[in-house]
Amino acid sequence: MLRIRGLTKRYRTGELALRGIDLAVPDGEVMALIGPSGAGKSTVIRCINRLVEPTSGRVALNDTEITTLAGRELRHMRARMGMIFQEYALVERLTVMENVLSGRLGYVGFWRSYLRRFPQADVDEAFRLLGRVGLDQAADKRADELSGGQRQRVGICRALIQNPDLLLVDEPTASLDPKTSRQIMRLIKELCTERGLSAIINIHDVMLAQMFAERIVGLRLGEIVYDGAPNGLTAEVLTRIYGEEDWSATISKVDEDAGEPADSEGTRDTESVIPPDTRQPDRDRMAGLT
Amino acid sequence: MSIAATVHRHWRKPPLIRHAWLRWALGAGAALYLALALGTIEVNWIRVWEGLPRAARFFAAFFPPDFTSRTSEIVDGILESLWMTVVATAIGIAMSIPVGVGAAKNIAPAPVYYLCRAMLAVSRSFQEIILAIFFVKLFGFGPFAGLVTLAFATIGFYGKLLAEDIEDMDPAQAQAVRATGASWLQWVNYGVQPQVMPRMIGLALYRFDINFRESAVVGIVGGGGIGATLNTAFDRYEFDSAAAILLVIVAIVMLMEYSSGYLRRVVQ
Repeated sequence: MLRIRGLTKRYRTGELALRGIDLAVPDGEVMALIGPSGAGKSTVIRCINRLVEPTSGRVALNDTEITTLAGRELRHMRARMGMIFQEYALVERLTVMENVLSGRLGYVGFWRSYLRRFPQADVDEAFRLLGRVGLDQAADKRADELSGGQRQRVGICRALIQNPDLLLVDEPTASLDPKTSRQIMRLIKELCTERGLSAIINIHDVMLAQMFAERIVGLRLGEIVYDGAPNGLTAEVLTRIYGEEDWSATISKVDEDAGEPADSEGTRDTESVIPPDTRQPDRDRMAGLT
Repeated sequence: MSIAATVHRHWRKPPLIRHAWLRWALGAGAALYLALALGTIEVNWIRVWEGLPRAARFFAAFFPPDFTSRTSEIVDGILESLWMTVVATAIGIAMSIPVGVGAAKNIAPAPVYYLCRAMLAVSRSFQEIILAIFFVKLFGFGPFAGLVTLAFATIGFYGKLLAEDIEDMDPAQAQAVRATGASWLQWVNYGVQPQVMPRMIGLALYRFDINFRESAVVGIVGGGGIGATLNTAFDRYEFDSAAAILLVIVAIVMLMEYSSGYLRRVVQ
């Protein structure tokens, strides 16, 4: 359970990015955070794992207050929150495997990590996760040799190998094509369901948010202006979040996605991610993951 | 249609300096200064004329270069220069890494940043010859003074470029590593080092190259190495041997140029 109370952030430039956010995310809930650029979505996520220092307010994960932690305790807390980034943020000159294993840095000592001698259990888990996303053959490739969708899958593995209690996801589909975007969102959603993980997903694409999130929070100018179910996003609500615009195309899509089509398409896309001949072993690996 | 009535709007690239009078004043001022500066140089053309045959005799004395009569001195000098270069480059780079990391504004706290920047500035503000004269006075004649000179100069060069490369890195990649709960050292090792490594290997080779050439210069003021041999040859008016030494230096520098270019391509 993640609890945020009165979270405020004023940047050194004087800009007030967050104006007292109150939010609670129960275990296992996948929540999408939508809003225009500059609304403070990234700031919310980064205040949770303290990549950005909140100006005031409280953030607690499973009743541990995060805002007062420092040093080793803060690092341990960060290790319990997996983060997935816009533009992947893989270390490009490290291999895929090194990138995935870097998710264990919060758990292993410096010399082990420096010599790349990770515990066998971590290496096993890394191969299992890479297999789950269909990239176990690419373990020794350099991260910058991969395509966008493949990189984001490595980013997901890096976050999951932390064995987190919470996923913080920042614009995961910002530089991906529509099909890959859906696959990535579906993968995140599936993995969250498998592991009972809760997630906060910042996303620009309202339709994707409606397709894959159970709950949607709309942010505008650092304040929450909507908090509710995906199908509650009416033209009036979208105008409140983003401002005046013709929302009819987005709204009509809501009705379609709420029904059957999204589901049937889902099954089809999952099959294209995992080659048919390796599907059975992958299902077994999936079971091993949970 | 009223296309024929289109008014042509005038467009020119905006000038760098907006005010026309300032533009012209700066241009005229620069020209005037250059003319005055040229006027203050006194050239005694008679002495230049008399110098020409001396120069001809001087260069003639270089030929043919004599590799044979001082072979052992030349070999000893070159070997000494080479080990000075290797040791000085290794020590200099090892010492410049903490200073360079501390001098990167984006990862070092302000007091550390200013301290390390000051160290780099001190190291960079003195040319190798001045450092060499100083260290020869301190440690006496010989390769040790030369070695310390080169190592010290390497810190300023390599540390500054390392700091600038770290400042240019992609913050997102480093931030992603920090978000995993990595410690500071792990963060540097995983998030920063891979980003700067290829360029720093190239710069290490380049600095090796510079240090070898500088080893010839510091030798002239008493810092040992091939420079000492060269200086002795000039002092004895053995210009043919000096020419041989110069050719050997050119050959080694060229060899290093090609091999470092090749190595840099491999590590990219």
